Amino acid sequence: MFVLVVGGGKVGYYLAKELIESGHEVVLMERDRTRADQIADELGSIVVAHDGCEGRYLGEAGANRADIVAAVTGDDEDNLVICQMAKHHFDVRRTIARVNNPKNEALFRHLGVDEIISPTRMVLGSIEQDIPVHELLHLAALGGGELEIIEAQLQYDSPAVGRTPGDLTIPEGCSLFAVIRDGAAIPLRPDHVFKTGDKVIAIGRNECEELLHEQLIGSPS
Amino acid sequence: MKTVIVGCGRVGAAVADSFDQAGHEVIIVDTSTSAFDRLPTSFRGSAVRGDGTDEAVLRRAGAIDADIFLAMTEGDNRNVLMAQLAAEELGARQVIAKINDPVRAAAYADLGVATICRTTLMADALAAFLGMPLSGMPSVLPASDLHHARAHRDGDPEPAATTPSQEA
Repeated sequence: MFVLVVGGGKVGYYLAKELIESGHEVVLMERDRTRADQIADELGSIVVAHDGCEGRYLGEAGANRADIVAAVTGDDEDNLVICQMAKHHFDVRRTIARVNNPKNEALFRHLGVDEIISPTRMVLGSIEQDIPVHELLHLAALGGGELEIIEAQLQYDSPAVGRTPGDLTIPEGCSLFAVIRDGAAIPLRPDHVFKTGDKVIAIGRNECEELLHEQLIGSPS
Repeated sequence: MKTVIVGCGRVGAAVADSFDQAGHEVIIVDTSTSAFDRLPTSFRGSAVRGDGTDEAVLRRAGAIDADIFLAMTEGDNRNVLMAQLAAEELGARQVIAKINDPVRAAAYADLGVATICRTTLMADALAAFLGMPLSGMPSVLPASDLHHARAHRDGDPEPAATTPSQEA
């Protein structure tokens, strides 16, 4: 696999390094010449010391034959432009962008970026898992972001408590498939009676979220 | 008409002032308050300090459903990001992004964002003044309707990018 990595910060550097170690062909673009030279000293002549936002240099770095372009600079706007240029100018099949502002995730997806990596969201996710929240937790995105695996921890005031899956109105295109109770994951059976503290795991389309929230957490007050 | 301008540089401030004088509602956004010194004291629009690439900032500034959205900062990629944000999420009817790299300007016009390129604009103005051959590239590119863009607003024909004042 030929991977073009744009951005030679910590993420780009370690990404390139790991990819090389697993036998992939890698080119790394870093516009700061000092930093580029430094990386080249360590990883060999895989570095192109140019700005990956410029179409011309993306081409020179081999974007037209790249299987994947990973835009991992520290700036969301640069990562968006790199992915869009790669996609629409060089027909790269798969583009990956690092996104810092979680609000940009949906927009980037909508604008054609195939995969979004959000460090902010990841840290946020693991903080949320440690504290009881009256919200749905987003565990993972699937199918290019259209589907999500969601967790709902039932509080005492949840409308689902004391009821079975059949009593709930599960939105179309969504399925509840497991419950975590007392630290053990159990498949969700039709006779399962929900109780406070249950973590219900669901998979569904993004649009289902609102109704799912209503059914498992309660209507937003 | 509601006009949102991000980037209160010389061009942003000049456009803000002329739209304001023409009686339009103007919202101008910049990351630095001192940039607003470029606005005349007579300016009646609102000047909001904040990062124009941040959707929350734009919403707070009231930048939704603008008739015209001008992305005029010094960063090509920032302009690209906010222009698409305005068109896709904030309901802006007409969006123009300043993109100084001619290659990117052409690429984004294809992607549905009208662009204005200062590089070709000035190079051609100089060439014309000196009697040299012109680049042949347009400096203001209307959004191509090739790429969906605002197709969902059916029955609403894509307005052609009007040529802003040439005095940069």
